[in-house]
Amino acid sequence: MKEFNGKILFLDRNDINTDEIIPAKYLTEISKEALRPYLLEDLKMDGFDAAKDLPGKTVIVTRENFGCGSSREHAPWALEVNDIHIVIAENFARIFRQNMFNCGMMAVPLEKEQIDLLFGTFAGKETILTTDFKGSKFTFSSGSDSIELSFGISDFDRSLVEAGGWVDFADKNY
Amino acid sequence: MGKTIAQKIFDSHRVDNPSGDINVIKLDAVFCHEITTPIAINDLKSRGKYRVFDKDKIKAVIDHVTPSKDSKTAEQAKIMREWARDLDIKDFFDVGQNGVCHALFPEKGYVRPGYTIIMGDSHTCTHGAFGAFAAGVGTTDLEVGILKGVCAFKSPETLKVELTGTRAKGVYAKDIILHVISRLGVNGATDHVIEFDGSVISDLSMEERMTLCNMAIEAGGTCGICPPDKTTVDYLWPFISNEFSTKEEALKDYVRWASDDDAAFSKILKIDISELEPVSTFGFKPDQVKTVKEMEKTPVDQIYIGSCTNGRIEDLRAAAEVLKGRKLNPSVRGILAPATPQVYRNAVKEGLIDIFMDAGFCVTNPTCGACLGMSNGVLADGEVCASTTNRNFNGRMGKGGMVHLMSPASAAAAGIAGYITDPRSFLVQDGEN
Repeated sequence: MKEFNGKILFLDRNDINTDEIIPAKYLTEISKEALRPYLLEDLKMDGFDAAKDLPGKTVIVTRENFGCGSSREHAPWALEVNDIHIVIAENFARIFRQNMFNCGMMAVPLEKEQIDLLFGTFAGKETILTTDFKGSKFTFSSGSDSIELSFGISDFDRSLVEAGGWVDFADKNY
Repeated sequence: MGKTIAQKIFDSHRVDNPSGDINVIKLDAVFCHEITTPIAINDLKSRGKYRVFDKDKIKAVIDHVTPSKDSKTAEQAKIMREWARDLDIKDFFDVGQNGVCHALFPEKGYVRPGYTIIMGDSHTCTHGAFGAFAAGVGTTDLEVGILKGVCAFKSPETLKVELTGTRAKGVYAKDIILHVISRLGVNGATDHVIEFDGSVISDLSMEERMTLCNMAIEAGGTCGICPPDKTTVDYLWPFISNEFSTKEEALKDYVRWASDDDAAFSKILKIDISELEPVSTFGFKPDQVKTVKEMEKTPVDQIYIGSCTNGRIEDLRAAAEVLKGRKLNPSVRGILAPATPQVYRNAVKEGLIDIFMDAGFCVTNPTCGACLGMSNGVLADGEVCASTTNRNFNGRMGKGGMVHLMSPASAAAAGIAGYITDPRSFLVQDGEN
């Protein structure tokens, strides 16, 4: 099973699409590793600088409809090869969400109020996520601030994460 | 309680319920192209599972960058070619026969009412125009589809868009769907099937229905669906005349997929399109829509007519109606990419290609190319394109470029004027001749 802990990159925008996560011109790559330098290259968000903001981050916290647009699994892969295995948002585009779990990664929705609370408390500060996968609990901490939130994912999604993805699960079951 | 089209399809294809509302459904077709399939092929090879669940249910094409533009795209094409040859996939379309997947596969008769289809391409929702459940998926879902012929989906909730009223001249399926997306928002149909219904749908051709369903994903929809009817049967007849003795019999068989009168929709959006005008997007999201009148005088550098949304023969006819006897503004370059070889050939026969070329258009081979900034019409930083495609995301057609989505007639009008303008001033009005 993958790691779902670490430093958080806060992306304060709705509707971040897969073209922004990994532009189409890099879809000619046939290895996941080749996508590493291009993650979020076209993200349109004031103040965001991939070179400065990405290094060391292994978790993304963002707003609504993350991963909308193209079906490209290159978006989760670009995250994966940058060691980002979990995205937490108000909600996700269907295909992106499915792709994350299919790769054994997590796309976890939280309530808008909870996302607001996370941005309000931690945005701009070095913040660490610790995930208790079995207990369905997130702990966000920065300095003396700490917030604990429980999360829900379906049993099916959970089994995909545990199986390491959909190919192994389907191969075993169908 | 009655069922929706999507519920009927799921009930007839379900092979497992691994948990809660997750359904594993069997697939009637798995469509493949060279951008998302090669990694699945390589992964299957590395797992020692280099095979397909049913070679006749796999349909494959090289369409996104074709003919290959560089070594990397050549490699992607080569992997597809070898795979089709090794595994005896007969319905594989390479250079000379290839075209934009969501235009090519319907044209070949591969979609039927009640089918379940996946493809590693978000615009797979197009095929719902035939009353099928067709969804875009990532490479992993595609890989499992290729290997096992199944895919997992949440139980589909359906959002019904009921379209009534009379369509004004100069208003096309593209204007309707852009308006619908502006009403729903880019997240408005997430995890939902969008079922299009109402008197407007009955009157639409299959090509127009494909334009509508094609952009269901731009509102987050899993699939767009139109109820199968006489128009569906007429379109499919060349492919199904050996399956049914009469069209009436085919129709009777197909309408069983239509939603029951007492089916439960999670939401119903009713729109009277009588007042609808030609529209265009204005920002970086497909739900940012204004009338072309509001966008009047927005300068454009390039016109692009093509794609899985608007690269079919009716689209070319609509653009040609505006362009006939006129020239592109000298400040504008025009690119036409007929979506399939058949569209191209028909456009030649009908004299449409002459009209485009006389106007100053470059006519390219069928390919997705420019729509996603891959080839054949990539924008430079700061350039603006009036485009008949489906996405206006930042950088979509080239880094720093701006895309305004609109109908083929509106794009053609922008090409003549050099800026966005109302296409109706270029159209022969009813009564004139």
